[in-house]
Amino acid sequence: MKVVVCCKRVPPTDARIKVASDGSGIDEEGVQFVLNPYDEFAVEEAVKLKEAGKAEEVIVVGVGPADTAAVLKNALAMGADRAVLVKDDAGYRDPLSIARALADAIGAEEGVGLVLCGRQSVDQQSLAVGPMLATIAGMGCVMDVVKVEVGDGTASVHREAEGRSEDIEVKLPAVLTAQRGLNEPRYAKLKEILKAKKKPFAEREFDFGEPRATIEKLSPPPERQAGKIVGDGPGAVPELVKLLRDEAKVL
Amino acid sequence: MDPYEAPDLYRVDEMLDDEERQIRDTVRSFVSEKVMPVIEHHFDAGTFPKELIPEIGELGLLGANLEGYGCAGVSSTAYGLMMQELERGDSGVRSFVSVQGSLVMYPIHTFGSDEQKEQWLPAMATGEKIGCFGLTEPDHGSDPSGMETRAVADGDEFVLNGTKRWITNGSISHVAIVWAKLDGQVRGFLVETDRPGFTARDIPGKWSLRASVTSELIMEDVRIPKSNLLPKSDGLKSALMCLNSARFGIAFGAVGAAQACFDEALRYAKARTQFDKPLAAFQLVQNKLVWMVNEITKGQLLALRLGRMKDAGTVKHYQISLAKRNNVWMALESARKARDILGASGVTYEYHCGRHMANLESVYTYEGTHDIHALIVGQQITGSAAFA
Amino acid sequence: MADTKVLVFCEVQRGRFKKGSLEALSEAKRIVGKAGGGSVVAVAVGNGVGDIAGELKAYGPDRVIVCAPDWLEGYNGEAHGRIVAEIAKSEAPTAILVTATLDGKDLAPRVAAALGVTIATDCTAIDSDGDGRLSVVRPVYAGKAYATIKIADTPQVVSLRPNSVPVAEAEGAAAVETVEPSFGAGDLRYTVKAVNAAKTEKADLTEADRVVSGGRGLKGPEHFSILEELAETIGATVGASRAVVDAGWRPHADQIGQTGKTIAPTLYLGFGISGAIQHLAGMSTSKCIVAVNKDPEAPIFKAADYGIVGDLFEVVPALTEELKKLQADG
Repeated sequence: MKVVVCCKRVPPTDARIKVASDGSGIDEEGVQFVLNPYDEFAVEEAVKLKEAGKAEEVIVVGVGPADTAAVLKNALAMGADRAVLVKDDAGYRDPLSIARALADAIGAEEGVGLVLCGRQSVDQQSLAVGPMLATIAGMGCVMDVVKVEVGDGTASVHREAEGRSEDIEVKLPAVLTAQRGLNEPRYAKLKEILKAKKKPFAEREFDFGEPRATIEKLSPPPERQAGKIVGDGPGAVPELVKLLRDEAKVL
Repeated sequence: MDPYEAPDLYRVDEMLDDEERQIRDTVRSFVSEKVMPVIEHHFDAGTFPKELIPEIGELGLLGANLEGYGCAGVSSTAYGLMMQELERGDSGVRSFVSVQGSLVMYPIHTFGSDEQKEQWLPAMATGEKIGCFGLTEPDHGSDPSGMETRAVADGDEFVLNGTKRWITNGSISHVAIVWAKLDGQVRGFLVETDRPGFTARDIPGKWSLRASVTSELIMEDVRIPKSNLLPKSDGLKSALMCLNSARFGIAFGAVGAAQACFDEALRYAKARTQFDKPLAAFQLVQNKLVWMVNEITKGQLLALRLGRMKDAGTVKHYQISLAKRNNVWMALESARKARDILGASGVTYEYHCGRHMANLESVYTYEGTHDIHALIVGQQITGSAAFA
Repeated sequence: MADTKVLVFCEVQRGRFKKGSLEALSEAKRIVGKAGGGSVVAVAVGNGVGDIAGELKAYGPDRVIVCAPDWLEGYNGEAHGRIVAEIAKSEAPTAILVTATLDGKDLAPRVAAALGVTIATDCTAIDSDGDGRLSVVRPVYAGKAYATIKIADTPQVVSLRPNSVPVAEAEGAAAVETVEPSFGAGDLRYTVKAVNAAKTEKADLTEADRVVSGGRGLKGPEHFSILEELAETIGATVGASRAVVDAGWRPHADQIGQTGKTIAPTLYLGFGISGAIQHLAGMSTSKCIVAVNKDPEAPIFKAADYGIVGDLFEVVPALTEELKKLQADG
C-alpha cells in the first residue's frame, strides 16, 4: 500500500511571533519556517512502515505557499519517496478547505492504504484537518495515536485521550493523526538531503472557492498586568496566600 | 534552555539554496538537541563526547565533502555551514570533525591508493574508525619544514622515529597520518596506532578545547608495511593542502562560535536589569553588541564568498588564510565582549561564552597562527615572504 | 433573529456532564438572547445518558435530544460524530457548540466535515450579533497571537476552550426526546478494543480549575511528591514543563505548552519553571499565575501575577502548610 503524509510549514515553536501591524497575519520577516513538529512524527512513522516492508511508497502532500516546498523536501530527506504541493497563497485557509484540497490530492493517488497527519499544526492548532479529511474521503480516523501496527486490511493503534488511553482497531484505508510519543523523528542524513533533490516533486491546483471563514483580525495576546514579586523564600508565603484569597480571590 | 537564534542581520540565509539551508538546519538541531545538553559536563570533565561519534557518522558529517566511499559528497559551502553549526556548540566538537574529515579522510582520498581508500574511508565516514594528523612537532610548529620525524626503508617496511605534538584525536585514533621525511622529502604515512613502538599520550592541564582530545604521538622504531605510504603525497605542500581544507572549515566554524556568543549576550542583556533598565538599553552595552553583530555579518559574508569560490574551484590559499585569520579573531573578540556583558555569570559553565572564549584561544593558534596567516596574505600582496 | 438555533453537544465523562459542556450551553443561551430569540438544543450521546439528561435542564436548553444506543459504551469519535451529524442534519441549527476537551476536539471536526462546513476550534471568546452570526476569538501560534474569526458557513461549528466562559443556570422546561442512529456498531470503521482509564478522580489537565506545575527546578522525578501534596490540598491537577517530560520525569500527558496541553485554569502555580516561550504559550490564558523560582530573572516572573523568589523546596512545604491552615480556619 501507499502511505500519504500531510505536511505543513509552520514557524518554529520557539519563534517569536510578531503580529503584522495591519492585523492581517503574522510578520513573516525573518521567520524560518519548519516542518510542523507533529507532521515530523507522521513522516517518521510512514518511513518506518516503508522500512518494515509494510508500505511500498511514501508520498508527502502539502497545501500552502511556494516555500512549503522546502518542508516537503525535508520530508523527502527523511525518507519519503515523492512530494505533491497544492499551491495556496491565501494567508489564512480554514480547516475544511485544507482538508478538501488534501482529499483531492489523495484522491488522485491509487492504492493509498493509510494517511498520516500531525495531530495539529503548531500555528493554527485546529486539530481538525485530519478528521475532516477522513470524513470527506470516507475513511476511518483515529486521532492522537502513539503506536501503530499495520495488519492485513486493518491497523491496531494505541491512542491517548484525556484521562484514558485506548486500543483501537481501524479498517484501512484510514487517517491517523500523530501525537507526541509516537516515535523519535530522525535527523535527515546529509546523503538523503542530496538525494531528496532528485525525488519527484509535483504541483497541483485546487479550486478553493469562496472563503468559508476569514480572520477579521489578528492581535497580540492581551497584555498581562505586571505581576509583583511578593517576596523572597518561605517567609513570603503568608503574604502570597493572603493576596490569592483577598486580591485575586482564587482561593 | 533558551532556543538558539543565530544572528543574520544581512539575511545571508537568502543567499543559500534549500539544500544548504537544510544541511545547516539539520546540524543546528543536532547540536541543540545532542551536543548542548552534554557539552558542559564534558568540558568540565576534560573529556571528548565520544558517545556522539556514531550519530555524527550516521548523519554523514565525517568527510562530508568527499565523493564516494560512503561519504555524503556535499558542496564545500554546505560543509562550511555544517562546521559553523558544530562550532556553535563547541570548538572541540568541530575540531573532531575537522580533523577526521579534512586532515585524515581528505589526504587518504587525495593521496591514497585505491586499497587505502577502500580500507579506511567507509569506516571513517561512519565514525567506526577514528584518525589523527601528525605534522606539528614539539620543536616545529609554525615552521614544519624543520621536521625531525624520519622514515627509513628497511626491506618491505618503513621504520619511523619521531615525536608529534598537539595532535587532536591522538589517543582515541585507530590510525595516524604521520608526516615524516623519507630520503629528505616529506611524505605522508598511515600508521595504525596499535603498532609496536607507537605511543599516544594526552597533554594534561589544558584550559582550552577541554572537550577535545589533544595528544602527543611518540614513535620509536615503528615498523609499517611499505603499502602504508600515501603514494601521491609529495612534499610539505601535500600536508599544507590538508591544512587548507581544515582552515576553510575553521573560517566557517568561527562564525558559529561568534554567533553563539552574540545570541547569549543579547539575550542576557535584554533580560538582566540594572539601574531599573535592561543592560541592552545602555549605550556601552549596545556598542559591544553592535561590534559583535557587525563583525559577525562581515565574517558570514567572507565565509560564504570563500565557500562559493571553493565550490567553483578557484579559491586560493591566501584567501583561506585571510578568512581564517579574520573570523577566528572576530570570534575570539566577540566571545570576550560577550563574557564582559554577562558579568560574573560569564565565567560560569552555565553560560557558554566563557567556554567559547577559552576554546577560541586555541583556534586562534592552531592550523596556522593568526600571525602566520598575516604573513601568508602579506606575501601575496607584497611579493615578499617575511616568514623568516 | 428567531430562527437562531444553537445545538450544543454535551459531553459525558464518568456519568457526569462535563463542566465545559455546561459552559457551552450557557454560551448558547447568550447567543440566542442576543439574537432576540431562537432556541437551544442540547444533545447527549451514549448508552445510559438518558438517565442523566434531565440534569441539563438546569442550564436552560429548549430541547434535549438523547441518542443512547446500547452498543455505544464510552466515546467513539466515529459513532459520536455520525450521530451528532445526523441530528444536526435534521435540526438544521445555525450554530453548533462543543466543549474543546480532547473528545470535543475529536468530535467537532467530524461533525462539521459531515455537514460540509468548516470549524473554529478551541475558542476562548464568542461574540454574536442580532442574526446569530458569530465572531470567535481563538489563540493561535500557541497563544502568541489571537485570531478573531468569522465563519461564513452555516451551521457555524465552534469548539470552546474549557474555563473560558461562565456557567449560568437558567430556566429550562424541555422534555427529553430520544432518537436512534441510522447505523449500527457493525457499520463503524473503527472499534475501541480496550480502554485504560487513568486511576484518578482529578480533573483532567485541560479542564482543571487549579493546576500545580513543576519544572527542571524540581531536580528529579521523586521530588514531584511535594507538588502532589500541595495539589491534593487545594484540589489541583499536576502538570509539568517540557524539560521535565523530555527528561522522562513525568508522562507526556502532563506536559503543558505549545507541544503539550493548553490550559486556562483559574489558578496556575508554577514551581522551578523558568518559563520558556513554549511553556508560557500553554498556560498564559490562566486567570491567576503564581511563580516560584530561585532565579529572579526567570522569564516566568514576567508572565506571573504573583511571584516568590526562592528555593521551591522551602516554599512549597510552607505553602502547603499555610493553605491547610486556611482550610482549617474555614
